[in-house]
Amino acid sequence: MSNLPILSIVTFLPLFGALITFLIWEDSEVARRNVRYVALFTTVITFIVSLGIWVNFDNSQSGFQMVEKVEWIREGGISYHMGVDGISMLFIILTTFLMPFCILASWESVTNRLREYMIAFLILETLMIGVFAALDIVLFYVFFEAGLIPMFLIIGVWGGARRVYASLKFFLYTLLGSVLMLLAIMAMYWHSGTTDIPTLLAHEFSADMQFWLWLAFFASFAVKMPMWPVHTWLPDAHVEAPTAGSVILAGILLKMGGYGFLRFSLPMFPLASADMQNFVFVLSVIAIVYTSLVALMQEDIKKLIAYSSVAHMGYVTMGIFAANAQGVQGAIFQMLAHGLVSGALFLCVGVVYDRMHTRDIAAYGGLVNNMPKYAVAFLIFTMANVGLPGTAGFVGEFLTLLGAFQANTWVALVATLGVILSAAYALWLYRRVVFGALDKEALKSMLDLNTREKCILYPLVFFVILYGVYPGPIFDVTQASVDALLVDYNSSIAKSVAAAGQ
Amino acid sequence: MLHLIVFLPLAGFLIAGLFGSQIGHKASEVLTSSLMVVAALLSWAVFFGFWLGDTQAFTVEVARWINVGNFAVDWAFRVDTLTAVMLVVVNSVSALVHIYSIGYMHHDEHRSRFFAYLSLFTFAMLMLVTSDNLIQMFFGWEGVGLASYLLIGFWFKKPSANAAAMKAFIVNRVGDFGFALGIFGVFVFFDSVNFDVIFANAASLDLTSAAGTDAASFQFLGYALDKQSFLTVICLLLFMGAMGKSAQFLLHTWLPDAMEGPTPVSALIHAATMVTAGVFLVARMSPLFELSTTALTFVTLVGGTTAFFAATVGLVQNDIKRVIAYSTCSQLGYMFAALGVGAYGAGIFHLFTHAFFKALLFLGAGAVIHAVSNEQDMRRMGGLRKHIPRTYWMMIIGTVALTGLGIPGTVIGTAGFFSKDAIIESLYVGQNAFAGYAFWMTVIAALFTSFYSWRLIFLTFHGKPRASADVMSHVHESPNVMLVPLYLLAVGALIAGLVFHTNFIGSHHEVGNIDPHYLEFWDQSLFLGADNKILEQFHEVPKLVKWSPFIMMVLGFVLAYIFYIRTPSLPGELAKQHQGLYKFLLNKWYFDELYHYVFIVPAMWLGKLFWKQGDGRIIDGFGPNGVSARVLDITRGVVRLQSGYLYHYAFVMLIGVAALITYMMFTGAS
Repeated sequence: MSNLPILSIVTFLPLFGALITFLIWEDSEVARRNVRYVALFTTVITFIVSLGIWVNFDNSQSGFQMVEKVEWIREGGISYHMGVDGISMLFIILTTFLMPFCILASWESVTNRLREYMIAFLILETLMIGVFAALDIVLFYVFFEAGLIPMFLIIGVWGGARRVYASLKFFLYTLLGSVLMLLAIMAMYWHSGTTDIPTLLAHEFSADMQFWLWLAFFASFAVKMPMWPVHTWLPDAHVEAPTAGSVILAGILLKMGGYGFLRFSLPMFPLASADMQNFVFVLSVIAIVYTSLVALMQEDIKKLIAYSSVAHMGYVTMGIFAANAQGVQGAIFQMLAHGLVSGALFLCVGVVYDRMHTRDIAAYGGLVNNMPKYAVAFLIFTMANVGLPGTAGFVGEFLTLLGAFQANTWVALVATLGVILSAAYALWLYRRVVFGALDKEALKSMLDLNTREKCILYPLVFFVILYGVYPGPIFDVTQASVDALLVDYNSSIAKSVAAAGQ
Repeated sequence: MLHLIVFLPLAGFLIAGLFGSQIGHKASEVLTSSLMVVAALLSWAVFFGFWLGDTQAFTVEVARWINVGNFAVDWAFRVDTLTAVMLVVVNSVSALVHIYSIGYMHHDEHRSRFFAYLSLFTFAMLMLVTSDNLIQMFFGWEGVGLASYLLIGFWFKKPSANAAAMKAFIVNRVGDFGFALGIFGVFVFFDSVNFDVIFANAASLDLTSAAGTDAASFQFLGYALDKQSFLTVICLLLFMGAMGKSAQFLLHTWLPDAMEGPTPVSALIHAATMVTAGVFLVARMSPLFELSTTALTFVTLVGGTTAFFAATVGLVQNDIKRVIAYSTCSQLGYMFAALGVGAYGAGIFHLFTHAFFKALLFLGAGAVIHAVSNEQDMRRMGGLRKHIPRTYWMMIIGTVALTGLGIPGTVIGTAGFFSKDAIIESLYVGQNAFAGYAFWMTVIAALFTSFYSWRLIFLTFHGKPRASADVMSHVHESPNVMLVPLYLLAVGALIAGLVFHTNFIGSHHEVGNIDPHYLEFWDQSLFLGADNKILEQFHEVPKLVKWSPFIMMVLGFVLAYIFYIRTPSLPGELAKQHQGLYKFLLNKWYFDELYHYVFIVPAMWLGKLFWKQGDGRIIDGFGPNGVSARVLDITRGVVRLQSGYLYHYAFVMLIGVAALITYMMFTGAS
């Protein structure tokens, strides 16, 4: 088992599924059914195989595991280098876990160009897994940027009314970041002579250079997170994206920014990260308070959840740059938990959107009367979003705040205001959509969750509560790698301080 | 055994919640109620173990929870006398409320959901009181908040109920904001959030020596604080959490609105148990609070103010439940005032006795509301004494217990007599700067308490019926399933003080020699600092102080009698003469309006501003929209605006990647 290139298998299984889907040429009802099932089976099998990564993962090791290395472009020293550590591994699992739900969520709602839709999603899955598994910076960049293409298509082709605007905005923002990152990658290569991530992690850049490289990477990751003030693409992208697109966007794509900070910014440019700590803190707390207030006033369900995502990502950046065990592990946990919770919330919106074809909060009200099961699931995810202890949402939020408190009490104080504001916007949304009398005629015929929807929401309920009550397995995975990361980080800073003191 | 006590309610919740519709309402009711009865009986067994001195404090590990770096918390139960007292209070009242609700809710089509919520609440409350660390306590703390939210909003078709539920949750979150920061502070200070570690370290802290006071060892909001000041900050932050949960002055606004929930909920959550969690928190953290005189002084100030403030508002309310709600608020103020002067035993004793008589009053009010076709306005009641005599007598018992009827200097008296008088006496001898203030506030509040309690009785049960003839013809005594819980609570309201006061507050302390009954009973679960002499002093107060609550009580009764029996026209005239004052009290000192304009309106305004101006005009305007407008100008001429243009951008991206690789190849080769 250990000799199998399991990371490559997991990464390219979806691509293989896409190929099979591609071969289904017909456009009959049977063919459509086949397309759906091929996509579903591919993602389910990918998920099952990916669990092998977790099973074989050695929690006590801090370095990269299950490494595969094949020379790719000899002249450039670029290799096909894959591997996982405690920071990246669970993101792969999260990706493979969420994909089947995305396919299921699109089961009936997508009819137009179904085959292309499924292919786009399967290719996207390959690219997303690749981002987290790549150990060569060029390979990383390829996966990172290429992943945008299927996402553009998903929003632009299967999106809502203003899809063109949304995808263009998405493109403009990410273009800005990626150009700068590309330049930084070139500079790094020029300076160190390698694109190999483990080698780069050991390489020491000069303090000046760290600053510029840090900024360039920051531009890209900050857009991805997204951090305030480069967040405005997200609400539009979410609103226009089909349900499954929103799930992937909120669940996985946003995590690439946080992952990038942990993989590149903190370990490769520790001095710059320490210098820029306060800058990130300020942006993070602004994100938490500002977007929470904006979320309060939204009239569109998806937009509200999108803004709440920005606020939650504020906790992540705050935790990462607090640069202590609680902050960083909390940030990783927060990303994973947010992947489940925000994904679930968008799926919940999808359930009612499929029935009513509107996202207007005002169009709903009193759903609990006809849809009690839906109301319970939605409540649990809402509470997880609010960070209620006992749900996965609490652990990450609490730890990042605890980490921030140790770094800077002002930051923790302002960020903790988010605890109040999140309760306000989330409960107000819940009240307007779910509670109240069932007055609106159109809503009266709505049925509760069907079997397919139960299959989507119930497992998510289970895991949201499980990891709130028993988050141990997650921290077991992340502990060793994060500790090693922080030891390196602190020793770099200590060294620089010592050097300055001489 | 402890596992059973805590997890039986959880089992009840899960079964009734998940399978309520399958097993039916009757099964859900009987199942959850019987599980609660078992849990309550087991709790009494645990309590008697401590009472008789057979049981020592112990800790039970359940499972690991969060373990990150040096931050480690487990799921674990820590049981000492304080926990045992809370177990008894929570489970007894919960069991009785469950049973009562079988009768009270029997018309409701969502009964199994109601019982599931009640059990969920009980579970969360038990997690709170049995916790061995601050995080699990926070779990229970927020868990009861969730249950409270669900139960206040139980009748989800009523907009007012939904608004009240939201308000309760959010106002509590304001308190939790402080609580969470307090927990962070505790962790920074002690490197742990486990009670055993905190208390052991707190006991050995040296705050007086140079090392303790001079060293500015903590950074907080840009200030360098020494240990003493940082500890004060921590205690104040924790207390902010307590203020939210226990509806203390400034964070009290949610409690009266919470009366939108079904009445059994008010009895269980908003009188006997959840709202006392703040009192429990301060008592639990007594080893910390004892180290900060400033924090304790603030607790006294807030407690005294709340006791007075809530009582004034209670004087003029017309909704029977709101009167009792403000009374609860006021009584919680008494408890905090006592904690603030270091009289933890008295505070917890009042929590204990209050649970009986306040639950009794609420459930009694529920029986009244039930009898008069869900009318809650006392102006449309009156003359019910003959129609529902049993309920009437139960309410009388609750009232005399609340007002503290008893003969000072003897041990003849109702439950409230022992606990409330102990608080007032403690405040009289209390050392901190606001003890005297709190003493006067609570003495005056005792007058108001007596007045509004008897006003409630007179308006509801005496005089001529003011309800319509139709309603009056339907007035009926409640079924036994509702009355028996009342009887049991009435027993507690009458004798709890007499039976338990020697242990809870001690009866014959002397200087330098604290009553061993007290010490053996609490056995370190309530901490007393070296300077805390409150126990030795509070029995040695002047006669007048001892008699003052009694005098106030009688005065309140007489005034209420004059106002509502002798000359019923008097209140109306008085209200007319003092229009401003009456309006001020009736509108609850205008706190809701104030908060609306100070917090809610600006928050919404800011939200709108950030959204439309910040995001829309500034960020988008100068950023993507400005840029894309230019881009669109160019592309419009070149590419037809269809989804096809997306491929175009994708293509550009690929070219970028290709360019990078090419570049690498050449530079690598050279």
